[in-house]
Amino acid sequence: MEKIELDYGARQSVSRRVHVGVVGSGDLEILLEPSMDMRAHVLINTSVDGFRLVWKSVLDRFFERFQGAASIEINDFGATPGTVMLRLEQAAEALRE
Amino acid sequence: MSASVPRDYRRFLARASFIEMSARERARAILDAGSARELLGPFDRLKSPWLPLQDIVAQADDGVVLARGTLDGRPALVAAIEGAFQGGSMGEVSGAKIAAALELALRDCERDRPIWPLLLLETGGVRLQEANLGLAAIADIHAAIIALRAHVPVVGVIAGPVGCFGGMSMAAGLCSRLIVTRQARLGMNGPEVIEQEAGVSELDASDGGLIWSLIGGEQRQAVGLADDLQEDDAAAIAGAVRAAFARGPRRIERSAQVERFTARLAAIQPSAPLDAKLLRSLWNDGATH
Repeated sequence: MEKIELDYGARQSVSRRVHVGVVGSGDLEILLEPSMDMRAHVLINTSVDGFRLVWKSVLDRFFERFQGAASIEINDFGATPGTVMLRLEQAAEALRE
Repeated sequence: MSASVPRDYRRFLARASFIEMSARERARAILDAGSARELLGPFDRLKSPWLPLQDIVAQADDGVVLARGTLDGRPALVAAIEGAFQGGSMGEVSGAKIAAALELALRDCERDRPIWPLLLLETGGVRLQEANLGLAAIADIHAAIIALRAHVPVVGVIAGPVGCFGGMSMAAGLCSRLIVTRQARLGMNGPEVIEQEAGVSELDASDGGLIWSLIGGEQRQAVGLADDLQEDDAAAIAGAVRAAFARGPRRIERSAQVERFTARLAAIQPSAPLDAKLLRSLWNDGATH
């Protein structure tokens, strides 16, 4: 198990909390909530060690479009990068609803 | 009561699969629309303290969703187990969440504020990584179900795909009324455990047809170990849950029918071959509702 922390800039505040996903095989859960400062903070707990660079690449791409000041906790159980991006987009979409 | 097999594809396409829903979606799908209010949700972060110590990622709600709401306007409590997280296993936290919720429901019932308790079971039983702590919580759940039954019916649903095993199969057995789908399985030991312990000649765990013929929902309902067989349809299951509560307490709880079940065990000859069909005829003693 590995913990990864990443920080990003933000342009707009986040008004509410969103929970998506499940810590099941090949899947992950995301807890997204307003952050205390105008930045975005990501904390990843992953069952697979040694993929920090891949996580950073996926999150870098997500934050090219997502501008929210959110604290995001990810509990990962071996999701592929594609699944991670889909869950992140699902959380962002739930935030807009 | 048993559902007829749908051969009408339009009905099949129109239905919302209950099995495919997460625990949270299931709780919301059963309760009256808009009435669900989650207790100790993921943002309370009541997680397993034991899994990370064993290098396993924990889930923020420990795989149990508790929701208060209403069923046909009557106060209800739903405890839904998330089968996708650690096989729906009962750890210290997930087990304590269910036990405490049932105990609070009991307190309400004792103060003449009846609340309908519903268990959405999808569990392999105790979480092996938390061993005795999970078992202790399961014992608390059993005790709470028995105490609650004196006030209100306790209804359980096993939909699948995990099924309900181990100590939690006893929780299912204690329920006043049990609703199953054909995809559900109910048993003390799972097929893999039996194969491992007794050998593949005793039970071939890879033989799906055989497994479901023995411990599948249809068979369990046919021999009176479950009450209601439903299709994998959220609306149908939600209706069956309401009907189960509306029937009121069971005259004699299934787990109190000691003579009936002792006679059933006596009818089995361990030396003679036994299959699902033969068991149905041996145990054709009429279900007591």
